[in-house]
Amino acid sequence: MLETVLGLYNYWIVIVLMMAGFYTVIVRGNLVKKVVGLNIFQTSVFLLYITMGTVEGGTAPIVDAGADLYTNPLPSVLILTAIVVGIATTALGLALTVRIRESYGTLEEDEIIEIEDRMDGEV
Amino acid sequence: MPAAAPGGRTDAAMEQIIDIVLLAFMVVVAIAMIRLRNLYAVVMLSGIYSLLSASMFVVLDAVDVAFTEAAVGAGIATVLMLGTLALTFREERPPKRRTPLLPLAVVVVTGAALVYGTLDMPHYGDPEAPIHQHVAPRYIADSPLEVGPPNMVTSVLASYRGYDTLGETTVIFTAGIAVLVLLSGVTRRRQRRRPARGDESREARR
Repeated sequence: MLETVLGLYNYWIVIVLMMAGFYTVIVRGNLVKKVVGLNIFQTSVFLLYITMGTVEGGTAPIVDAGADLYTNPLPSVLILTAIVVGIATTALGLALTVRIRESYGTLEEDEIIEIEDRMDGEV
Repeated sequence: MPAAAPGGRTDAAMEQIIDIVLLAFMVVVAIAMIRLRNLYAVVMLSGIYSLLSASMFVVLDAVDVAFTEAAVGAGIATVLMLGTLALTFREERPPKRRTPLLPLAVVVVTGAALVYGTLDMPHYGDPEAPIHQHVAPRYIADSPLEVGPPNMVTSVLASYRGYDTLGETTVIFTAGIAVLVLLSGVTRRRQRRRPARGDESREARR
């Protein structure tokens, strides 16, 4: 029982973080807060991959005469790419936020929808 | 404790404890980020969250990822978000609705389904896990000879999967262009518009 809990603890925490990010994205109306929620979600996925790549008693995947067991390098490679792509999407999201604020004067989702409805009504 | 293994065993136990504590910190920081309404504090906490995850990556033996996460996640992302706050608002509006029960239920059910899915997963650090059985051993054994650098992550990133890295560069380039197009002229238009009309609601919320 304890072994199962310790063995799966990382995955469970990853799921908690994932759901925290998911919750922020669907509940919060503020667009900056939504981007932050996406970031929480993203980092939890990174942790999931890196956790799967770990080998008990292994060392970082850099050749060393004294080491015979290395951690799996493939998740690291995937996640390096994902981190860089993640910052690109974050930057794009934030730039859109700045533009939305400029056009609508607010960052709250429901107020933006209200303004949109009003504009539709005028047309 | 016997003389043969004590070092290894206490090391493993220590690693396990650090792992548990760091992940618990991350959960606490994430919950604080959900609850706070001051966006400035939220952005600072997201920097701390990234730094905690970078420490986590060191514990999990993924040092390259830890470097990148500390530089990009805790550094650049925080700067970008602070810049956004400078151009928008510092505070989030208080909620109109009461406790959002439906989203909470959706999140709990999804989480429960995911936890159920982990029950079959190989345990943390299991060397027999399927992920370690296919191509990974080949990269570990041959990449120092075939490509050269002692760091296997570098070899895979720059040589075996070089096209992925090229695609990644394309993504960054596209995103950079898009950000430039979106933001060009924002400050110019702001300065031109400010003396014209005050718009009380916008000014009041700062």
